[in-house]
Amino acid sequence: MSAGAVPGAAEVLAPADEAELAAMVADAAARRAPLRIRGGGTRLALGRPSQAAAELSVARLGGVRLYEPGALTIVAAAGATVAEIEATLAAERQILPFEPMDHRRLLGTDGEPTIGGAAAVNASGPRRVQAGACRDLMLGVRFVDGRGRVVKNGGRVMKNVTGYDLVKLMAGAHGTLGVLTEIAFKVLPAPECAATLWLEGLEDETAIRAMSAALTSPWDVSAAAHLSGGPTMIRLEGLEGSVRARAERLRERLAAFGDVETAEEGPLSWRDVRDCAPFAGRPGAVWRVAARPSMAAAAVARLRAERPVEALYDWGGGLIWLLTPEQDDAGAALVRAAAEAAQGHATLVRASDAVRAAVGAFHPRPGADALAAGLRARFDPAGVLNPGLMAS
Amino acid sequence: MQMPEPDAKVLARRERILVRLAEALPEDALISDPAETRAYDCDALTAYACAPMAVTLPRSTEEVSAVMRICHEEGVSVIPRGSGTGLAGGALPTADSVVLGVSRMNRVLEVCPEDRFIRVEAGRTNLSVTGAVEDLGFFYAPDPSSQLACAIAGNIAMNSGGAHCLKYGVTTNNLLGVKMVLADGEVVELGGPTLEQPGLDLLGVVCGSEGQLGVVTEATLRILPRPEGARPILLAFDSPVTAGACVADIIRAGVLPVAIEFMDRRIIHLTENFVGAGYPLDAEALLIVEVEGSEPEIDEQLARIKAVAARHDPLEMRESSGPEQSAAIWKGRKAAFGATGQVADYLCMDGVIPTSALPDVLRRMAELSAQYGLDVANVFHAGDGNLHPLIMFDANAPGQLEKAERLGAEILTLCVEAGGCLTGEHGVGVEKRDLMTRQYAPDDLDAQMLVKDVFDPDWILNPAKVFPLEASAARRVRKGAAA
Ligand SMILES: Cc1cc2nc3c(=O)[nH]c(=O)nc-3n(CC(O)[C@@H](O)[C@@H](O)COP(=O)(O)OP(=O)(O)OC[C@H]3O[C@@H](n4cnc5c(N)ncnc54)[C@H](O)[C@@H]3O)c2cc1C
Ligand SMILES: Cc1cc2nc3c(=O)[nH]c(=O)nc-3n(C[C@H](O)[C@H](O)[C@H](O)COP(=O)(O)OP(=O)(O)OC[C@H]3O[C@@H](n4cnc5c(N)ncnc54)[C@H](O)[C@@H]3O)c2cc1C
Repeated sequence: MSAGAVPGAAEVLAPADEAELAAMVADAAARRAPLRIRGGGTRLALGRPSQAAAELSVARLGGVRLYEPGALTIVAAAGATVAEIEATLAAERQILPFEPMDHRRLLGTDGEPTIGGAAAVNASGPRRVQAGACRDLMLGVRFVDGRGRVVKNGGRVMKNVTGYDLVKLMAGAHGTLGVLTEIAFKVLPAPECAATLWLEGLEDETAIRAMSAALTSPWDVSAAAHLSGGPTMIRLEGLEGSVRARAERLRERLAAFGDVETAEEGPLSWRDVRDCAPFAGRPGAVWRVAARPSMAAAAVARLRAERPVEALYDWGGGLIWLLTPEQDDAGAALVRAAAEAAQGHATLVRASDAVRAAVGAFHPRPGADALAAGLRARFDPAGVLNPGLMAS
Repeated sequence: MQMPEPDAKVLARRERILVRLAEALPEDALISDPAETRAYDCDALTAYACAPMAVTLPRSTEEVSAVMRICHEEGVSVIPRGSGTGLAGGALPTADSVVLGVSRMNRVLEVCPEDRFIRVEAGRTNLSVTGAVEDLGFFYAPDPSSQLACAIAGNIAMNSGGAHCLKYGVTTNNLLGVKMVLADGEVVELGGPTLEQPGLDLLGVVCGSEGQLGVVTEATLRILPRPEGARPILLAFDSPVTAGACVADIIRAGVLPVAIEFMDRRIIHLTENFVGAGYPLDAEALLIVEVEGSEPEIDEQLARIKAVAARHDPLEMRESSGPEQSAAIWKGRKAAFGATGQVADYLCMDGVIPTSALPDVLRRMAELSAQYGLDVANVFHAGDGNLHPLIMFDANAPGQLEKAERLGAEILTLCVEAGGCLTGEHGVGVEKRDLMTRQYAPDDLDAQMLVKDVFDPDWILNPAKVFPLEASAARRVRKGAAA
């Protein structure tokens, strides 16, 4: 899969600071010359291939701007690498709670994931069920809109209802409303101890019931995943005595579903779950489906009746990664119908350029899509920021 | 505080507008008699009140949509309203407006413990959402002190917080979806019973938009399994600075309490006189730190907290030994606002600061208080830096309210300068509308107003709120208004 270079991009713009970046966007807007925004370039193969004249890299906007461990906050330039942020936090035994996925394995890309890229796609890993999504931990942003105006919203404090929450709007906008230049996050203490409980050989339906039994318990489960045909795993994190006590109680509750093993990590590491490693390096299209957990297994079964499908369930069944043959439209119509049957939606995360050109990555939403188009027209009137990328 | 002149053209069409509304609604859903609309003249910011043209109390999304369609066609401003407990004047009407209250829409529509959500009509009160799931062992996490009365609709519009948000987050972190009526009457659904949504996060910007983007009629909310137990510890210090340093150290120590509450000397004594909670009266600052879990987990966390606190030479560490003692520890904190109200009128500020700035901000606030000659009592959520300075004054003494408001503005400016913000949970409304320029540059405000332009191109929903009147003036000119 080609992911590094922008096809046909003649020019690479690499501003040294926010002011220069703003001037470049303003200039592109004046010329109506579309830009492909690039963080670390590890996820550039996502979404519709966009037809950009130039690539705008935020890589030179790097560095941690402010870190207050006692206030659980960190502020970083958008081009700072996730690795750099995580290392800074690790020195104080803290973490980015949302476990941002590393797409390099799944997408076969290289480069260094940036914090701006993670925010732009609202990257949220297994801890989503407990600590929230990337957007939940974002406290403030600075960005450059499509006219080249610098805008700030939110701040660096944990509670803030001063005006509209554009922070949420920018999280997951894939750069189509503005180029992020700086982001403030809430961080958390790193768990001192973790334990994974797992069962083998459960059917999808049973596995989801087991995960729900864990997630509806008072024992503060921090992740629950199931690989179809593989293990069903539950993670507990916290102070050591607490993890041990909760693991014991949870084991009793899960015993009804089969033999329960316990260790620090299960047969599949949480990193592998986070990065959807079971589908890395394997041919086929990869979909990411949000679903109601109690309806997830039936949705997958319905798909299986039509097409070969492999499934990795995260978030207790609230998120399903699907691997399916690329032929035709990569099963788009079927996958979307199955997702809707589970009251959810499907996003195409990996596919050939041909499929991606034919199939919108995002699930269409009547009503909401018109509002979204209105917002893009206001924030980026010249249509220069990743145009068409989020078209459904 | 200034409000725009009522639109004479709208007032002139009052009769016709009322007739149209009456045709569209059941008889008891429209109130226009000024004696009966009085209850809707203000919210909990009672210093400002104004009679609306009419009040509508629909029972369904369809009825809400009908009201919106008519008001849109007639160019009438609509003031969405939940329970009217807002502290920022967000539900304050204007003479040319129609209040749209959702309090009669309070049914539970769907409860799904397996998928950990509940769907309710938006007029349902916050506490009764928890009430609907507690038998199943669940609760709805955001718990504003007004939770007995306030509606989910108001919580969503204000992105309300609560005592336990250090661990569970505020409304936006617990909201999965809404059904909403747009300004022209169109009904849209944003989000739903899943943890992630495709496309732009419209739900995220609707939450906290203070009734300016649409009228929320239904909400899908995340519910959580109730923890096995909770226990507080009371820590007393001889200086607020030490208490502030202790807060930062607790957070750094790797335990995440569900709440860390701070009370200063003034509040300790006020509440002691009011409810006699038995707080140490020689303390300059008290912290209440609460942790959750099973008994052994609570013990483990409290042991860690005590070890940290001991390094700050506390005057006293009082760990609860049971439900009665827990209630006693919380008693004064819960009575703080009432106790203050007993001895004076007060304005409750809602600024937020980075917790590292706590000592400095408290010191400068004391200086301002002395300078203005008005007492300021401090009780707040220390874990997240959300201050609630209570500015005490005498409403009957001429000029004191204005003086208290000026002091309030200075305190909020101080919060912004310290790296914080004007409001952490009460919202901007009319109260802090004209202070917005202290936190945001013109381009920052314009970007926010662009969002309203998309959702409500004619600016009929709660138009004179949130943004300084000057900044929104050009947009508030009714483009689409009927003749
Ligand atoms: C349909 C789709 C679904 C996805 N789902 C997920 C998911 O669920 N979880 C997940 O972790 N990731 C998801 N992604 C992935 C994705 O693009 C990243 O996770 C990020 O951290 C990569 O970092 P990077 O620096 O390499 O970003 P890049 O690959 O350089 O950029 C990633 C995206 O963000 C934009 N971008 C980068 N930097 C900025 C910036 N400073 N301001 C504005 N926009 C910027 C880019 O234009 C690009 O669209 C999805 C992407 C798509 C298109
Ligand atoms: C004693 C007391 C204690 C409080 N404690 C807290 C606290 O701890 N934490 C906290 O965050 N707040 C607190 N508040 C403030 C207040 O209770 C909250 O802001 C609450 O969410 C308001 O809810 P409501 O239903 O009363 O809304 P209202 O006051 O009726 O309205 C508030 C705002 O919401 C808008 N709105 C109402 N309904 C809708 C709708 N259907 N669609 C769109 N917009 C709508 C209104 O236009 C207005 O702008 C407290 C208030 C009091 C009086």
